[in-house]
Amino acid sequence: MSTATLNPPESAAGSSARTDVPGPRRLRSAPWADKAFEWLTRGFAFLVFSLLLAILASLVVGSQLSIEKYGFAFIWQSDWDPVQESFGALVPIYGTLVTSAIAMIIGVPVSFGIALFLTELSPKWLKRPLGTAIELLAAIPSIIYGMWGLFVFAPLFQTHLQPLMISTLGSVPFFGALFAGPPIGIGMFTAGLILSIMVIPFVTAVMRDVFEIVPPMLKESAYGLGATTWEVVWRVVLPYTKVGVIGGIMLGLGRALGETMAVTFVIGNAHRLATSLMAPGNSIASALANEFTEAVGDLYFSALIELGLILFLITTIVLALAKLLLLRLARGEGTRT
Amino acid sequence: MSAVATAPSAIHSGNRIYRSRKRVNFVLLAISGLALAFGLFWLAWILGTLLYEGGNALARATLYYQMTPPPGGDGGLANAIGGSLVMVAVGTLFGTPVGILAGTYLAEYGRRGWLAGATRFLNDVLLSAPSIVMGLFVYSVYVAKVGHFSAWAGSLSLALLVIPVVVRTTDDMLKLVPNTLREATVALGCPAWKMVVSVTYRAARTGILTGILLAIARISGETAPLLFTALNNQFWSNNMNAPMANLPVVIFQFAMSPYEDWHRLAWGGAALITLTVLVLNIIARALFRKSD
Repeated sequence: MSTATLNPPESAAGSSARTDVPGPRRLRSAPWADKAFEWLTRGFAFLVFSLLLAILASLVVGSQLSIEKYGFAFIWQSDWDPVQESFGALVPIYGTLVTSAIAMIIGVPVSFGIALFLTELSPKWLKRPLGTAIELLAAIPSIIYGMWGLFVFAPLFQTHLQPLMISTLGSVPFFGALFAGPPIGIGMFTAGLILSIMVIPFVTAVMRDVFEIVPPMLKESAYGLGATTWEVVWRVVLPYTKVGVIGGIMLGLGRALGETMAVTFVIGNAHRLATSLMAPGNSIASALANEFTEAVGDLYFSALIELGLILFLITTIVLALAKLLLLRLARGEGTRT
Repeated sequence: MSAVATAPSAIHSGNRIYRSRKRVNFVLLAISGLALAFGLFWLAWILGTLLYEGGNALARATLYYQMTPPPGGDGGLANAIGGSLVMVAVGTLFGTPVGILAGTYLAEYGRRGWLAGATRFLNDVLLSAPSIVMGLFVYSVYVAKVGHFSAWAGSLSLALLVIPVVVRTTDDMLKLVPNTLREATVALGCPAWKMVVSVTYRAARTGILTGILLAIARISGETAPLLFTALNNQFWSNNMNAPMANLPVVIFQFAMSPYEDWHRLAWGGAALITLTVLVLNIIARALFRKSD
């Protein structure tokens, strides 16, 4: 105890004595360390910067063989036959786009409803727990969604909901073909529905964030004119945050397009172009997950890597657009209020 | 004056437009409440299923010390749990320093020049990029060159998923540190690198830690990138240069199989992963809330 109380003055005296003598030398060495640290961080920033380009380059190199053989026709050829070594990406691309479209059609209105509830209707004390619960949907690993979808959801869907949908929606003219076919539980619709649950937290989070930045004056003016809550949201909040909302939707779309495990479990993995949403299909990501480690032959590999390249290009473009839209909103924030 | 007073107000239940506006409002707000219920319904259903199906498997001690069995045999997930822990740890150890240093550049040095803006943009794209593509990338630059699947490759692909999360949170958290703190430190004669390491890092510590925890939570459940990199292994392996068992891939393999006892183990593994990830998320949230 006594040494502890004695120590501080001693060390303070010692350090002050030390700074007197080697002070200038420390100052001289500082610029060197500063530059080194700055270049170190810059180097790692550059590493992150080049990662995306490196991925792109490696995928292009990897798919060389298939690009040379098929050219652009790869995109619209529908046969996928490893035995005959004939590959076309139409079926997986179609499956990816269809499942993502279903996910968006279901997920976006639901996300909008949740964001609306959480920003305008929810009592303050409920906001945080409800918001956290919705965000936890994003924390559940995708393989869990897939497993649950395959073992729990698909059988129930097959016995209860799907026959009903086929008998009612299936007989609607024009759209009927989309819902025709036998009820088998798994398929593109099931995959899309599960994807929609998975994108809800992402889209909701962005919508909540952008709804919060609407200046209260605008909303209060509308309320003052006698607008109802819905009218305020639809005519004031939504137009004001339009760009951000679209950005959020694109972000969710980017997630849905690249989702692998959940889709792999429930889409059915059939290389077949089906008009019915109830039929099994395939998506780019699930084709990769299922076939990559079992692929034999350079062309097969190359075709699978080209599928990955197509997926990467689509998601990168969608996500970049989402980011640009959200940046535009953030920039407009200061000027419009 | 009297004319105004006697003019009937538009707001009464006899006004048809007013009534229909109110009705539309009520219906649509009710639908928004239903949307929330829709979201919570799935969460409750999925978590409930996991607890119900996985609970029994989790309670059996053999899950934690026996190896993955052949179909029909009795066993646990010890090798998968161990492999997952190793690869998540190595992936985090590789990815975190890269992410923190790159995030430091963005927040501390990136005021001038094009690199910071461009990196921030591309990093945000990478943050949501499909994880299976990361697996393909590691496969083509590492696995294909070395000629075999390995735990190193698995860790590398997980590290690539850690990096964007940590870059983003480090950048955001360092930007929250007030500039006056930096100015005060530099005014005392402290070199800039020391200011970053001992003042701004310390001020943003909880935030950065939150980011790391969220990154760990994210990679713990990742399956797609491990399929082409770490593959799987039926046995316990300490060799980082060989394929290594890991929970997500074992769950995938077991769940897709036709065997009932493999399904049970898969449910146990699924419950284990989900509980871990949810706990990590909740800790991260609690930490972050305390730092506010």
